[in-house]
Amino acid sequence: MNAPTYNFAYLDEQTKRMIRRAILKAIAIPGYQVPFASREMPMPYGWGTGGVQVTAAILGPDDVLKVIDQGSDDTTNAISIRKFFGKTAGVATTTSTTDATVIQTRHRIPEAELHAGQVLVYQVPIPEPLRFLEPRETETRRMHALAEYGLMHVKLYEDIARFGHIATAYAYPVKVNARYVMDPSPTPKFDNPKMDNCAALQLFGAGREKRIYAIPPYTTVVSLDFEDHPFTRYRFDAPCALCGADNSYLDEIVTDDRGGRMFVCSDTDFCEQRQAAGHHGTERAAPHKEKAHV
Amino acid sequence: MTTIAELPAGFADKVLSAQSTFRSVMDAMARPGSVQRVTASVGTPAGLMRGAAAIALTLFDHDTPIWLDAAITATPSVARWLKFHTSAPVIGEPSIASFALVGDAENLPALERFAFGSSEYPDRSTTLILQVDGLTQGPAFELKGPGIDGTVLLQAMIRPRDLFARLAVNEALFPRGIDVVLVHDDAIVAIPRTTRLVASGV
Repeated sequence: MNAPTYNFAYLDEQTKRMIRRAILKAIAIPGYQVPFASREMPMPYGWGTGGVQVTAAILGPDDVLKVIDQGSDDTTNAISIRKFFGKTAGVATTTSTTDATVIQTRHRIPEAELHAGQVLVYQVPIPEPLRFLEPRETETRRMHALAEYGLMHVKLYEDIARFGHIATAYAYPVKVNARYVMDPSPTPKFDNPKMDNCAALQLFGAGREKRIYAIPPYTTVVSLDFEDHPFTRYRFDAPCALCGADNSYLDEIVTDDRGGRMFVCSDTDFCEQRQAAGHHGTERAAPHKEKAHV
Repeated sequence: MTTIAELPAGFADKVLSAQSTFRSVMDAMARPGSVQRVTASVGTPAGLMRGAAAIALTLFDHDTPIWLDAAITATPSVARWLKFHTSAPVIGEPSIASFALVGDAENLPALERFAFGSSEYPDRSTTLILQVDGLTQGPAFELKGPGIDGTVLLQAMIRPRDLFARLAVNEALFPRGIDVVLVHDDAIVAIPRTTRLVASGV
């Protein structure tokens, strides 16, 4: 018996055409969420079905694919998606940010600067930035149509009134090309500035919510803030315990049951490249709190 | 009755040709004003340029009503070829078309006749595919907008000559608007609705 064979990159051609048309509209209207007929994928919702469909629609045999989950190339989600496309599309895979032509990501933007020609594909759980403020799709759609984003500023203001600062730490809303307010997916707000004027094309896929949106290269992406409470990003106040980097986003790793912990780069490729280049860190520099990072 | 054998072929390799053509269109759309090439080998009916034929096979299907201008309708083999290879319904009403294929861009109808989308759904707009006389030389157009690092210079023999003046409506209506793909032979240039003309010289 012949083993079942899939079409190149798993999806059938009609589905790819539909997704491709949505991607083109998304690029033409930066930050606008284009509805698309999301398919069921051989993985559960929440595992990146939207990102996987976008990747499947753009991937070609000459592409080099990198998949990261929270910055890491070797978590279950990243490995299974990388293997999925290795198997169904036969594409080369890599962990190097600079060598990749297509990077699918969950919840991080790589530390290394992206270059022209690369495509960054985000997995998005809730594409609608206004959804937790207004549950009705008809209403949020009208708010986007009228560029009526006062509610989002009220939300950020309530943060300030309650905590003294804007406490939103991830999925921090941005305004794209001075028009649409967009959810950058649950990336830490540390990564927000990397979206602005980025040389790479950024595509966002939300499978369960059936939306695709995009930021073309060299597009202004501004994190919402107030004049007296400007956007500030944070990182743990220490160098990475492995590579000593003092400019990367850090993960906290619990090392024992007596309160021991270490702080290491969340971007594993960035950290490994630095270690290979001879940089070393020390665990003694473990921090206690976050610090604003400029 | 025409038999299928008389129609030119479609893509040599349906899957990978559509993929490579899409990437060219996507790169064109993401970098407005840059000239991208369609490399896939594609059968072309008389009246269609290679780039336009490849885009049709890549993006058209039964979900996308298409509108053809008089120049293309004049060659019935194009509509037959499109119908056979893509199953896209050819319609006479441009205001509900997903794509418009324009062979004689000089006589492009007023843009108001096409779909601009609505404020709630600006994606429900017509994408114009215009066959033009050249995309590597000719009058210069300086463009800016998302996808462009500063400004970019496009040298092209564009028809209609006042295309960019007509596309000024995109600025007034945004996010509603019309996206344009210019085609000459295997070269394509995209002008999405966010692209603005800075200056033009002859």
